Amino acid sequence: MSKFTRRSWLRATGLASLAGSIGAARQLAGQGTLSGAMAHGAHAMGTVGLTAPDPFNASVFLRSWNFSELPPAERAKFYRETPRPDGTTLREYEIFATDREIEIAPGIFFPAWTYNGQVPGPTIRATEGDRLRITFRNLGTHPHSMHFHGWHPPAMDGALAGQEVQPGETFVYEFDADPFGLHLYHCHTVPLKRHIHKGLYGTFIVDPSAASGSRPPADELVMVMNAFDTTFDAENEVYAVNTVANAYMHEPVRVTVGQLVRIYLVNVTEFDPINSLHLHSMFFDAYRTGTSLTPSDHTDTIMLCQGERAILEMTFRYPGDFMFHAHQSEFAELGWMGLFRAEAPRS
Amino acid sequence: MRRILLPLLPLALLAVLLVVITRWGPAEALRGDGYPPIERLSFQRVTLEPGFIVASMFNDGPDAVTIAQVQIDDAFWMFTADAGVALGHLGRTTLRIPYPWVHGETHLVKVLTSTGTVFEHEIAVAVETPTPSMRFLGIFTVIGLYVGVIPVAIGLLWFPFLTRLTPRAMSFLLALTVGLLAFLLVDGTDEGLEAASLLPGSYQGVVLFVLAAAGAYLVLEGIGGWLRSRGRGTDEGRSGWILAIMVAVGIGLHNFGEGLAIGSAFALGEAALGTLLIVGFALHNTTEGLAIVAPLARDRQRPSVADLARLGVIGGVPTVAGAWIGGFVYSPVWAVLFLAVGVGAIAQVIGQIVRHMNHEAVAGRVLASRPVLGGLLAGFVVMYVTGMLVG
Repeated sequence: MSKFTRRSWLRATGLASLAGSIGAARQLAGQGTLSGAMAHGAHAMGTVGLTAPDPFNASVFLRSWNFSELPPAERAKFYRETPRPDGTTLREYEIFATDREIEIAPGIFFPAWTYNGQVPGPTIRATEGDRLRITFRNLGTHPHSMHFHGWHPPAMDGALAGQEVQPGETFVYEFDADPFGLHLYHCHTVPLKRHIHKGLYGTFIVDPSAASGSRPPADELVMVMNAFDTTFDAENEVYAVNTVANAYMHEPVRVTVGQLVRIYLVNVTEFDPINSLHLHSMFFDAYRTGTSLTPSDHTDTIMLCQGERAILEMTFRYPGDFMFHAHQSEFAELGWMGLFRAEAPRS
Repeated sequence: MRRILLPLLPLALLAVLLVVITRWGPAEALRGDGYPPIERLSFQRVTLEPGFIVASMFNDGPDAVTIAQVQIDDAFWMFTADAGVALGHLGRTTLRIPYPWVHGETHLVKVLTSTGTVFEHEIAVAVETPTPSMRFLGIFTVIGLYVGVIPVAIGLLWFPFLTRLTPRAMSFLLALTVGLLAFLLVDGTDEGLEAASLLPGSYQGVVLFVLAAAGAYLVLEGIGGWLRSRGRGTDEGRSGWILAIMVAVGIGLHNFGEGLAIGSAFALGEAALGTLLIVGFALHNTTEGLAIVAPLARDRQRPSVADLARLGVIGGVPTVAGAWIGGFVYSPVWAVLFLAVGVGAIAQVIGQIVRHMNHEAVAGRVLASRPVLGGLLAGFVVMYVTGMLVG
């Protein structure tokens, strides 16, 4: 005699649908419900929810270069330093191109082409005169390349006909870091627009050699202004610094009052002619392209075209929250907006 | 035993086929790995409350869709979803977005899915969506009266004049009615098909429209036949009376669809554009009163004022009901269905009048006569010109 009567069946299915609705509610809670956001006094404007902290964490990316975010053993697989007799350093990098879906705003996944599985690619940092040896493996499905801004012989350009690295193939780029300043690298395979906006770009910092002078010690941050065209209609849907829309709204960039802050700001935004950074309540020194140790401007807003970059230096005078965003309101409201949180130094 | 098995066998084989297709689907083999899902999301209804935009979403596509973010006027905006953000095939959810929309201006709602696909809805003119309150009920009633009831009643007042016309002029008049109705037929079909094209694909709007129109036609044909068979042998003039009722019913159904369209236009803010629309519809619909009484005049009937009023109610009052429904619970599916019923009804009425005209002669000959041709043309031109006012 079965106990599974019609009544118990109804109850069971009723429970099942109840469980379903709880699941839905939990999913929404994960998305950060409106009342929750309101309770924290946030704007109603902005993305809902948070991106997964793995594999890409915008806050970690901010202060990482030469794979410094990895534990030593892991780091050695991608980056090695060897001193050279003339006092410079040989820096060897393992970079690979791979297709990967990345989260560009909470819950929005973009079919990216990446360097080492991340967008922007790993930040490469050397001192003027260092030798760079970059082993580039194309593990993707399309031909790719690495084209560095800076001095190099044409054979290392990665942009000329025949310099594409076919899927499965490897190429070693080798050149000296020159001149000092803030540069970038990106894929130069055609169609260029697609290869760039799909995510193949990164920051290339060259510090001045002792002979050229030096920059004072500072809390250094890498910021790449980028955007994503999720509908492939040559118009961006999502804007950000360092890929994730509103990342630094949800997790403000922590800085210390009175300490020099240096931002390495690169614009790679595709489709829009320019992008910009505006910092609230204060002013900064701007060093365009970073090729001089004398500031080119003292301002609170800087405009950069695609491929242009600038080093910004500022010192926070007051504790509290400081908004920073593109001064194209449209970009700001589509994700390119964040906060600095300045705190008094620990005594 | 055989009798039971034989019809079941094909069904069993079909079930096996379905299992095979879903298990080892050829479509999946073609799509391969990493192929993006087919996402289709439609906006069922977007309403505006003070400080809020409320959008009910419907997953019309074959694959599941997850709503990730909302952008209003190209800005990411907070939202809540009452039934979650993961929608299976035919799943629904309602998004509440706290947005300071601006009265009388245009807003663009974009819903981004987990793949970054964007679905858009434009709020052409932002006005607060009416809720069933006495005030809006009153406004829609007045609009319905202006557009439907009063013009039809005014048209009916031509009756005493019509009874004094010669038979030749009467033929012209009936043909004029057919011309008017033919215009409404084309107009209603056009509007219905347009509404059908806006429906999510799985509703198969055009099929829905055609079937509903054909259904309405056949049902009215049946009712007309029943009325005639009941009236046979009693009174010779009764056929004109029945025809007048049928015309009134047809026009009433059409006006219901029209009221629906007007009410929803006001509700969606699209008719905040002025009173020209109402003026146009009022002029346009006066001719419908004429169409209702023409068969009575031809048969030299002497209806009482109460009878005329009854015809006016049948033809005009549905506009009011349509405006209410359109204003408060608009849904594109109902719009398609009602427009279709209106079209079916008008087609049936045209058939009735043509039959009525040619009781004594061959249809082709009647249609080709000078007064009839002139009447058809005049009817069409009148509607076309007054229709221009509606835009």
